[in-house]
Amino acid sequence: MEIIYLLFIVLLAAFLGFELIRKVPATLHTPLMSGSNAISGITLVGALIASGADNSVLTTVLGTVAVTLASINVIGGYLVTDRMLGMFKKKDNS
Amino acid sequence: MTLEILINLAYVVSAGLFIFGLKLLSHPSTARKGNLVSAVGMFIAVIITLLDQQIISYHFIALGVIVGGLYGAWKAKRVQMTQMPEMVSLFNGFGGAASLLLGWATVSGMSQQMLVTASGFVFITVLLTLLIGGVTFSGSVIAWGKLSGKLSSKALIFTGLRELSILHLVAMVLVGYMFVTDPANTLWLYIIIAIGLSFGLWATISIGGADMPVVIALLNSYSGIAATAAGLAVGNTILIVTGLLVGASGLILTNIMCKAMNRSLMNVLLSGFSKPIEQGEVITGEIKVLSPQDAFYVLEAAQAVLVVPGYGMAVAQAQHAVRELHTLLEENGCSVDYAIHAVAGRMPGHMNVLLAEADVPYDQLYEMDDVNPRMENYDVVIVIGANDVVNPAAKEMKGSPIYGMPVIEAYRAKTVFVLKRSANAGFAGVDNPLFFKDNTRMILGDAKETINSLIREFGD
Repeated sequence: MEIIYLLFIVLLAAFLGFELIRKVPATLHTPLMSGSNAISGITLVGALIASGADNSVLTTVLGTVAVTLASINVIGGYLVTDRMLGMFKKKDNS
Repeated sequence: MTLEILINLAYVVSAGLFIFGLKLLSHPSTARKGNLVSAVGMFIAVIITLLDQQIISYHFIALGVIVGGLYGAWKAKRVQMTQMPEMVSLFNGFGGAASLLLGWATVSGMSQQMLVTASGFVFITVLLTLLIGGVTFSGSVIAWGKLSGKLSSKALIFTGLRELSILHLVAMVLVGYMFVTDPANTLWLYIIIAIGLSFGLWATISIGGADMPVVIALLNSYSGIAATAAGLAVGNTILIVTGLLVGASGLILTNIMCKAMNRSLMNVLLSGFSKPIEQGEVITGEIKVLSPQDAFYVLEAAQAVLVVPGYGMAVAQAQHAVRELHTLLEENGCSVDYAIHAVAGRMPGHMNVLLAEADVPYDQLYEMDDVNPRMENYDVVIVIGANDVVNPAAKEMKGSPIYGMPVIEAYRAKTVFVLKRSANAGFAGVDNPLFFKDNTRMILGDAKETINSLIREFGD
């Protein structure tokens, strides 16, 4: 039953993703990509447990490296996206 | 038990914030707020996960977050807008590698007993995480190398490439089966990781620089799908949902890029295998060169100007000079629009960001379909560092490799200025009949220099 429940989430999230992203205008496609870099850093959440739990040395090392890489994505991704979006201005507003 | 419910509730809130953040990204005026909302969602998800009772030590977590965070922040602050394609590509790679390592850690963290009793579903999802994460990582590193000029941007093609790819796919299935049925044997695990990394390497190295927008978008999608697979493996719902949002985003962008080049995804990915197309027709005619001084007189009299930027504008760092010329033209009573082709530059939306950096208002940037119907109304079209996206061969020459690709029909305007270093063929190696049209004038030289001399003419 657990598997079916997870697959349901997959199905619904995939449709939701397509509907949301389709509405993003072409002018924002680069920030969209760097923003999704940041969001895909969500792996951090899984990596935190692998890094901090009572595990073998190998698992802790793997988890910690994963935490490092995912943190680069999260922090770097959000900051650079913010920097870019701050540049987009409307006419007469600048 | 109550703590677990609390954590999952917080994940629901985070997912809601990610979704709301993406929704705000549908307009430039709310996009920045959307990014912030999404970041708050991420913050909640991370903080609440730290409460998990499995976590007993925070030393290594702190080390990873501090090292990664500092590097990420430094990179975000330092990167130039022209280098965004490299940065996104590198970050795709980090995302893929993080998922790969998480998948690996999931197996290495299991006791001998768990390795026997855990369901096959877990190992299938771990297998997918390892493969997709590996392909994303090595593919992105190659794409990063090509975009940053550390590797040759030419497609590396050799005989046996097709056989090599088929070999990889067969090995994935065979070794994958062995891994799922016998997860206690770490040999299979290592071979799977090696196959994933090797496949990403060969699949990307055989794709040329001009097709990189498609490759980056696709790898972006993979990095999300790898996170989803990792989420299925460790049973974490927030990873599944969020990974799919990213996966969907990458796939949509990939599709837009492919449509804009009138090619299928398979055609782009397997371009290394196709034979070069023979040039059917020879273009005859004469190239008419114009000096910046003469170009100035035409621009001074113009009422409506359209600028078509391409990758060459990024290379020449000419966006600020373009903006200066734009202001002078507007002061002279001329309207200035920009037409941006979906595959201009080296990643989706690359030109928009460069122009935004130079303070060009986003409501003056138009897509191809918006400007083509009113092309006759423009007195002058200035093509800066773009070639294939304005190539009329896509409409006129059946033998051309880009035949059928939707292009900005610059040749229908009253006058076309092409700013170009020399009169050679463009990135795709295709001759451009636009250069030979009666209403086309070439202004040869560095794009930035040319625009600067036009600006000087306005000053006099």
